[in-house]
Amino acid sequence: MRFLFKTDYEDDIKLFPHSGYVVTYGVLLALLLIAPHVLSSYLMSQLVFVCIYAIVGVALLILTGFTGQASLGHAAFLAIGAYTAAYLQKYNVPFPVYFLAAGLLTGIIGAMVGFPALRLTGIYLVIATISFALIVEEILARWESVTHGNEGMRVKTLSLLGVAVPRDSPTFYYLCLAVLVLTIVGTLNLLRSPTGRAFVAIRDSETAARSMGVNVALYKVKSFAISAAITGFAGVLFAHKLSFISPEMFTLQLSIEFIIVILIGGTFSLHGAVLGAIFIVMIDPFLTYLKDDMPGIIAGIAATFGAGTATAGNIEAKVAAFASLNGLKGAIYGIIIVLFVLFEPLGLYGRWLKIKLFFQLFPLYKRATFKRQKIYVKSERNR
Amino acid sequence: MLDFVQQLVSGVALGCVYGLIALGFVLVYKATEVVNFAQGDLMMLGGFFAFTFIGMMGLNYWIGFAGAVAAMALFGMLAERVVVRPILGYPQFSIIMVTIGLGYFLRSVAGMIWGTDDLKIETPFSQGVLRMGSLVLAYDKLSVIAATMILCTLLWLFFNKTTLGTAMRASSENMLAAYYMGIPVKRVVAVVWAISAAVATCAGVLLAPITFIHSNVGLVLGLKAFPAAVLGGFGSIPGAVVGGVLIGVIESMAGFYLPEGWKDAAPYIVLLTVLLLKPEGLFGLHVRKKV
Repeated sequence: MRFLFKTDYEDDIKLFPHSGYVVTYGVLLALLLIAPHVLSSYLMSQLVFVCIYAIVGVALLILTGFTGQASLGHAAFLAIGAYTAAYLQKYNVPFPVYFLAAGLLTGIIGAMVGFPALRLTGIYLVIATISFALIVEEILARWESVTHGNEGMRVKTLSLLGVAVPRDSPTFYYLCLAVLVLTIVGTLNLLRSPTGRAFVAIRDSETAARSMGVNVALYKVKSFAISAAITGFAGVLFAHKLSFISPEMFTLQLSIEFIIVILIGGTFSLHGAVLGAIFIVMIDPFLTYLKDDMPGIIAGIAATFGAGTATAGNIEAKVAAFASLNGLKGAIYGIIIVLFVLFEPLGLYGRWLKIKLFFQLFPLYKRATFKRQKIYVKSERNR
Repeated sequence: MLDFVQQLVSGVALGCVYGLIALGFVLVYKATEVVNFAQGDLMMLGGFFAFTFIGMMGLNYWIGFAGAVAAMALFGMLAERVVVRPILGYPQFSIIMVTIGLGYFLRSVAGMIWGTDDLKIETPFSQGVLRMGSLVLAYDKLSVIAATMILCTLLWLFFNKTTLGTAMRASSENMLAAYYMGIPVKRVVAVVWAISAAVATCAGVLLAPITFIHSNVGLVLGLKAFPAAVLGGFGSIPGAVVGGVLIGVIESMAGFYLPEGWKDAAPYIVLLTVLLLKPEGLFGLHVRKKV
């Protein structure tokens, strides 16, 4: 077991606490860089979506995980980013310009959402962000001179410094990866700065933060703006990846998916955003795989346990019929959310920490280390 | 003028349905400080139960209605026991996510069982109309308004005049203190969920002749019920119904007098305005923040 001996505040906020980090993340980055030469084009495409979802996840973590302001409206920020890109592209604005413009515009709108949100906490904030997202969805569908309404907009192939970057090319993947890595490093730096500490202070106790001299209103608006701007950047990449955008892509469903990303990944660390994104994006191919192969596998198991061929075939047909039921995906989503909140509130990254600690402390690991505290006493209305 | 009254009545009828769903939110919120995002889906499920009893098994309308309410009350208790009770006392966000997950699950399962078609329940009042001069009012809409008034009064009396209602209010203020006072908090919470599921079922069954029942109806109407609950002040029973009626009328008027598109956005614009100007709602209590 490694003990970190800290003698200085600088030691406490180092980006890489010890050399192990450099090695691990170096290897991970190398693997991600050679991925296009190894993986199939389908998996590469999924990997691009993982990057985009992870960027949104990081944005949402800044707001929800670190500032404690829940938002169920991030699909709207993504939509604003995507539509800004599609609109500016029509006037032959170069990629770097509209990429930054999308982030800027989304950030400004995020700050505008942040202002009314100052007075709201908990459930009211959730409802307000849902309303904001629904209004944006309606505007996108109706403002036809700019957004083409429900017909949607085509997004032309990305051209970076005069070179065309098709959405399936490795270059596009590298671009997404670069944006993700920059976002993560930027966010890590933000979180170890005074701004980041103010965010965490607001999350833990607004009153305590205020009495320590934190300008709560300012930092809440900042958090909203930063989170929205990052989501706007992701929106540009999202638009290019899909090459076609329409209002019904940016529904409440998508906002909930983003929340699921950080919920499943873990809301207390940036690792959570990436792990959650991998989970959410990869669940689709996994379910398709189950749907195609599971009936055969179950029938095979039944056959080995002595079921006749006729029975096995019968079982196979039944399982196949069940797997192709409409809406099975929604049910599985629902069950996953409930199970995670009930049994793994710290998410996948929390599970990883528990496993790591189990082996580090073996045989002294105690389950109570990660136990959540229940508060029955306080009514949130009086807080 | 006549158009205006017609729109007003249909707006009030629609608003009563929002109000009934909002009533479900408010009941659960009042007693446990949990916001149940699956409330609309409980309504949808109640409608499907009623359809099964009345449409498929051919029972009498009133018996089927009562059966659906009883079944859903049990289901509400079950949902509370399995999903909500383990996380009582945790941050509100976890509870919101759990109920969102429950909603997902119920929608998909209902879609699997009852299919994705629109279903209709035959009711004793789905045909006739009431004529007052040149004004024509459909009985199905009037029935919704009447039932909402009755339910609202009953629930208000229950919360303010009975011992159980007082126990519920106490456990919402402070669960631990309520427990020390001898209130069986767990049982109280289970009863609240049963009542709220039963109210949702009433909304679902009354709604069936107006908008039909399908597996997504809960999501659509549930989202409209939020503005209603917030407008009335989350936590006030008459407020929920008044808020619902206001939202219904605003939506109906916006659909009639304003260009297309305003109808769906209007309730949320109202909601954001209310949150901006008077976050505690029309009937909410203003509580000072404590450190």
